[in-house]
Amino acid sequence: MLADKDRIFTNLYGTADWTLKGAMARGAWSDTATFIDRGRDWITNEVKGSGLRGRGGAGFPTALKWTFMPKVSDGRPHYLVINADESEPGTCKDREILRHDPHHLVEGALLAGRAMDAHTAFIYVRGEFIRERQHLEQAVQEAYDAKLIGKNNKNGWDFDIVVHHGAGAYICGEETALLESLEGKKGQPRLKPPFPAAMGVYGCPTTVNNVESIAVVPEILRRGGAWFAGIGRANNTGTKLMCVSGHVNRPATFEEALGCTFEEIIEKHCGGIRGGWDNLLAVIPGGASVPCVPGEKIRNAVVDFDGLREVGSSMGTAAVIVMDKSTDIIKAIWRLSAFYKHESCGQCTPCREGTGWMMRVMERMVEGRAEKREIDMLFEVTKQIEGHTICALGDAAAWPIQGLIRNFRPVIEARIDAYTYNSTSEGAVPSIAAE
Amino acid sequence: MANIKVDGQLIDVPDYYTLMQAAEAAGAEIPRFCYHERLSVAGNCRMCLVEVKGGPPKPQASCAMSVKDLRPGPNGEPPEMFTNTPMVKKAREGVMEFLLINHPLDCPICDQGGECDLQDQAMAYGVDKNRYHENKRAVEDKHLGPLVKTAMNRCIHCTRCVRFTTEVAGISEMGLLGRGEDAEITSYLERALSSELQGNVIDLCPVGALTSKPYAFHARPWELSKTESIDVMDAVGSNIRVDARGREVMRILPRVNDAINEEWISDKTRFIWDGLKSQRLDRPYVRVNGKLKPASWDEAFGAIAKAVKASAGGNRLGAIAGDLAAVEDMFALKGLMRALGSGMTDCRPPMSGIDPSMPRAAYVFNPTIAGIEEADAILIIGANPRKEAAVLNARIRKAWRQKGTPIAVIGDKADLTYPVEYLGNGFDALTDLVEGKGKFADVLAKAQKPLIIVGEGAVSHGVALTKQIGRDTIALAAKLATGPAVAEGWTGYALLHNAAARVGGIDIGFVPGKGGVCSLDQLGLARKDELDVLFLLGADEYDLDYTGKTFIVYIGTHGDKGAHKADVILPGATYTEKSGTYVNTEGRVQMAERATFPPGDAKEDWAIFRALSAVLGVALPYDSLSQLRAKLYGEFPHLAALDQIAPAKLDDIRALAKAPIKTKIATYSSTVADFYLTNPIARASAVMGECAALSAGLKQAAE
Amino acid sequence: MSVRRLADEAIQPKGFAFTAENLAWAKKKMAEYPAGRQQSAVIPILWKAQEQEGWVSRAVIETVAELLGMAYIRVLEVATFYTQFLLKPVGSRAHVQVCGTTPCMLRGAEDIRAVCERKISTEPFELNKDGTLSWEEVECLGACVNAPMVMIGNDTYEDLTAESFEALLDKFAAGKGKDVTPGPQVERHFGAPEGGQVVLLDKPTAKRTYTPFPPPAEAPAAPGGKPDAQKPSK
Ligand SMILES: Cc1cc2nc3c(=O)[nH]c(=O)nc-3n(C[C@H](O)[C@H](O)[C@H](O)COP(=O)(O)O)c2cc1C
Ligand code: SF4
Ligand code: FES
Repeated sequence: MLADKDRIFTNLYGTADWTLKGAMARGAWSDTATFIDRGRDWITNEVKGSGLRGRGGAGFPTALKWTFMPKVSDGRPHYLVINADESEPGTCKDREILRHDPHHLVEGALLAGRAMDAHTAFIYVRGEFIRERQHLEQAVQEAYDAKLIGKNNKNGWDFDIVVHHGAGAYICGEETALLESLEGKKGQPRLKPPFPAAMGVYGCPTTVNNVESIAVVPEILRRGGAWFAGIGRANNTGTKLMCVSGHVNRPATFEEALGCTFEEIIEKHCGGIRGGWDNLLAVIPGGASVPCVPGEKIRNAVVDFDGLREVGSSMGTAAVIVMDKSTDIIKAIWRLSAFYKHESCGQCTPCREGTGWMMRVMERMVEGRAEKREIDMLFEVTKQIEGHTICALGDAAAWPIQGLIRNFRPVIEARIDAYTYNSTSEGAVPSIAAE
Repeated sequence: MANIKVDGQLIDVPDYYTLMQAAEAAGAEIPRFCYHERLSVAGNCRMCLVEVKGGPPKPQASCAMSVKDLRPGPNGEPPEMFTNTPMVKKAREGVMEFLLINHPLDCPICDQGGECDLQDQAMAYGVDKNRYHENKRAVEDKHLGPLVKTAMNRCIHCTRCVRFTTEVAGISEMGLLGRGEDAEITSYLERALSSELQGNVIDLCPVGALTSKPYAFHARPWELSKTESIDVMDAVGSNIRVDARGREVMRILPRVNDAINEEWISDKTRFIWDGLKSQRLDRPYVRVNGKLKPASWDEAFGAIAKAVKASAGGNRLGAIAGDLAAVEDMFALKGLMRALGSGMTDCRPPMSGIDPSMPRAAYVFNPTIAGIEEADAILIIGANPRKEAAVLNARIRKAWRQKGTPIAVIGDKADLTYPVEYLGNGFDALTDLVEGKGKFADVLAKAQKPLIIVGEGAVSHGVALTKQIGRDTIALAAKLATGPAVAEGWTGYALLHNAAARVGGIDIGFVPGKGGVCSLDQLGLARKDELDVLFLLGADEYDLDYTGKTFIVYIGTHGDKGAHKADVILPGATYTEKSGTYVNTEGRVQMAERATFPPGDAKEDWAIFRALSAVLGVALPYDSLSQLRAKLYGEFPHLAALDQIAPAKLDDIRALAKAPIKTKIATYSSTVADFYLTNPIARASAVMGECAALSAGLKQAAE
Repeated sequence: MSVRRLADEAIQPKGFAFTAENLAWAKKKMAEYPAGRQQSAVIPILWKAQEQEGWVSRAVIETVAELLGMAYIRVLEVATFYTQFLLKPVGSRAHVQVCGTTPCMLRGAEDIRAVCERKISTEPFELNKDGTLSWEEVECLGACVNAPMVMIGNDTYEDLTAESFEALLDKFAAGKGKDVTPGPQVERHFGAPEGGQVVLLDKPTAKRTYTPFPPPAEAPAAPGGKPDAQKPSK
């Protein structure tokens, strides 16, 4: 498990001064000019060697993504866009960076910008993060005032940062929807190709990275990619911010090494499962979009990209939602279906029509007012959505239900049986009909 | 070029081709809803999914991915796509099911029934079972104005309508509000759309969400006889299909012609048809004691014969042809006039600067409509193409969207749906350009393919123009179009006419002959009682208030201005009721076809003149339309070349440019005040009247 | 998501104008984007207008559209797409946004909602009797480890119980919302576990040591045979 000396986010809990002065006292903005000086390839190689994979959910190797940017500009500016839209249910890690360690992000933006020959970064903060945005804006202003960024700054790479924000749309976390939104439109995902590295915001080469992916860059450069790579397992390296919510004794956000077991993490940071490990029903280990894992399977699972894939789920944003045996698991997943229906942008058919359909069937299943063959039908509907949409929201809406059906089919069937058993000749269950 | 295997068949296509185009090239059909080749790619319906090898491992939207996006196999094998695998079949069935769950199954009462993409594709790709047991979504209908009716429950959110209005029509008034399954298509606050091209959304909407309001519930497609024809509402010559039931035209639709209207038509073209039925002249009339009385053909001809006999004849007989006359009609009338010894014929608007002695290149749109897209600078003089030739205007907008073509205007300041540099409305603005003054002069000087559009308002009956001003305008425009930088083979001088009849009329010499004078002067003679008989062939756009004692014979279709002044009315046939040649502003010869018969006693105009010529004792030398055409083609061979344009000579334009300039001051403006009311049929149309009132109201509200 | 429309004409104000200060702010915001890309500022500027007026009226939409040179419908699309734009007036003292998504639901969001239904109105977006309060259920607000939570104005109130929320709501109803300290409503420091931090107990320093990559191994002995170029051997 991670020692305090290896933590990147040293003010995660906002106990110290988050402004420039405090951040510098904790090591931020030291040697930045040297890194800039060593140039684009050096930064990229160091990050490549660190094994850093995107922290926004998909886990794509960060340095590799940067190398997709044109080597030489064709005259169009390059842009770095930082995804601070954090809206995946269960996820509240970027929030802590924005409000308590914003200089990690500001410095990281400059360095990542250098690594892709970008002179401008847009940071897209979700609309609801108002106080968080205010901190970030202040940090950016401090950096300008201290000539750490801006034209002719001390670090030797002209760099502007624009803090932008949304106004309530989960879909704007999807990178191309985010770009549309940044351009002042509805956040409807774009078709790919062309990919943002070829044609992103304003038609210019663009890289979109998650807040955490960028915020860890300065520390990786200061301590060396080898240091970061030394934490965790091959292909699953480094430290990661995790947020555990739901039925643990003490929900919390924390930074931990990848590669620990689920049990270790929960015991150390969250004081264990509410009512003990035997009371654990299921866990959604990576934010709302990933399938749930039954309690007995997750306990010893390794928390990293590969470890969670082995238990039929994925690490996503490392936002862990824990459900104990008091949970109505059908209802818990139904609520996610409602979320996806609410957040579908409405652009493409399977997602627009399918999310509503799934939610309505789920709604009936919560009551048990369904037929057993509809379980298979629902599963098929999820399959009709998955992989057929413009962006991955369709997949995200499908997976939680697939996880539910795979792992908790008997619960659904029992609910249906109970409904039928209780029904009168009119077909309604008195207790529900009375509602 | 790139190789790709489609369902195992190796084909060679340009690498920018989309997978959908590649599939079509290989003969594989791909279903679609949102894709439309003339609109931007939305990729949102997901109906066109195909399987690819050498790409991502999930079905791909074939409308959005191009052949070059696919990687070749490990040993350089060409990439592969499949349109008929189980994966593709499942994907299509899935999408189809999603589209149908919230779509009302009201095909029996839907106006789109029988020509609905969704209906067709549901048959072809759908599964015959219904697994959706929830309530269907209810969406409120939207008000979009007098032309487009909505049934928004049926909308499948393909956004074709939004893309068309924004991209092609150039009005940002429609949008998709909200999001998710509650997203709805509407105009801003349900205000009526302001485009002259809005009717095209009816064709574009793949379902019955947007249908024709005037046509609503009037007919079913399979009851209609369909006639391919040519529109005459402007000088563009849009290709249309006239759908009729019995004697009635029920609707008008566009036909695809990439050279002219692509697949759009203006709202006047589309919705004019109620005007074909009202205020029709369906029998001859003769004025008796100051009042028009119904008469027989013999009585009418008798009255005319009397007037002609009473006249000294020759040039005391005049004839003016109006905006909708077919070449054959004018040919017959001209034949009659010449037989009567008169050179008094004209088809031009008052004070036209187009001199019959000029070469043909002086009065046609030489670069062609499709050629607009090639232009690298456009100057518009004295025209409002949006109102005068809405479809052609869409082409200018397209050029601007594709290449950012710089466009300048001399004339009225108006919203043309693309940005223009406004140079004022004075003649001096034009001379400045010729003298190389100003920013746009530089643009023009450098242009290899300058396009100089000269509107009718710049060469005739504009505000106080004289013939000389028109001629000088033509000369200066010709000069601008023939600068030293101009590319080989480019003839950028373009006259934009407003009337379908105009070019054909000038082509066959329906202009002053021996001793004849122009239209305005004929009316001047009439005023002074120096003209005894005046034939008005559907000529309603002239100032006819003062025609003295002149005996007026009106040959036309509607009880419009000309008919009110007439001493004898001879009822003719509209463009949908006869076969007639029209030469569009490009000089392209096209043939309109008969879809229905003229009402009552009305007859085809050429036949009227043939009959009258016999009564007047100067029988024309043909008894049938084909005989007439044989004569016509003998005299004017280019008119036999249908759908073609006789090429212009650049030297002719160069020669025009040499004319000495005399004008000092003049102002230009468009001649079309109200798009919806430019001709007698339009003025008889209640639908056009409603549109005109609405747009006048909108204008007032905006001021 | 339900159908989002502009409020009824009857309650639409006649016009809207930015205050001089807000207009200056908007102009400055527009200047942050590349030339010709001022449309980018539409969300921040609509937001500012909502701050000024309390909600987004038709006049706001048209004013913002004209400021940015956008078609009205494009601004309306934005205003109806993003759910934080309030299309009609909300409670003058508090508009409570209750997070109802699963992480909050698991820890009692339904109880919080029940309080709103009981004390404000059974229907979301409906004002209470004196027009001071309104509520709505929103999707995940990104404070899941502090569930359940609500957002009122610019602040979040976290780690609620039905009782603590009701007390809090009473304060807002009485116009004393400012007296409530935002953030966790239990003994807890932001996202740290209740009862005190278990990590970050050492005082952080600015000292760093750089660890270089080991020299590349002669023959990469990765199991499975495939050398992983990206990963230096440990
Ligand atoms: C529906 C949807 C929502 C997403 N939301 C977020 C988000 O809130 N924050 C984020 O960083 N990435 C989000 N992503 C992932 C982004 O598209 C993108 O992959 C990510 O920002 C890339 O950053 P990374 O490579 O640093 O992880 C979302 C993706 C989808 C499909
Ligand atoms: S109204 Fe018709 S054209 Fe417009 S989005 Fe709906 S289905 Fe498509
Ligand atoms: S036609 Fe390709 S997605 Fe609609």
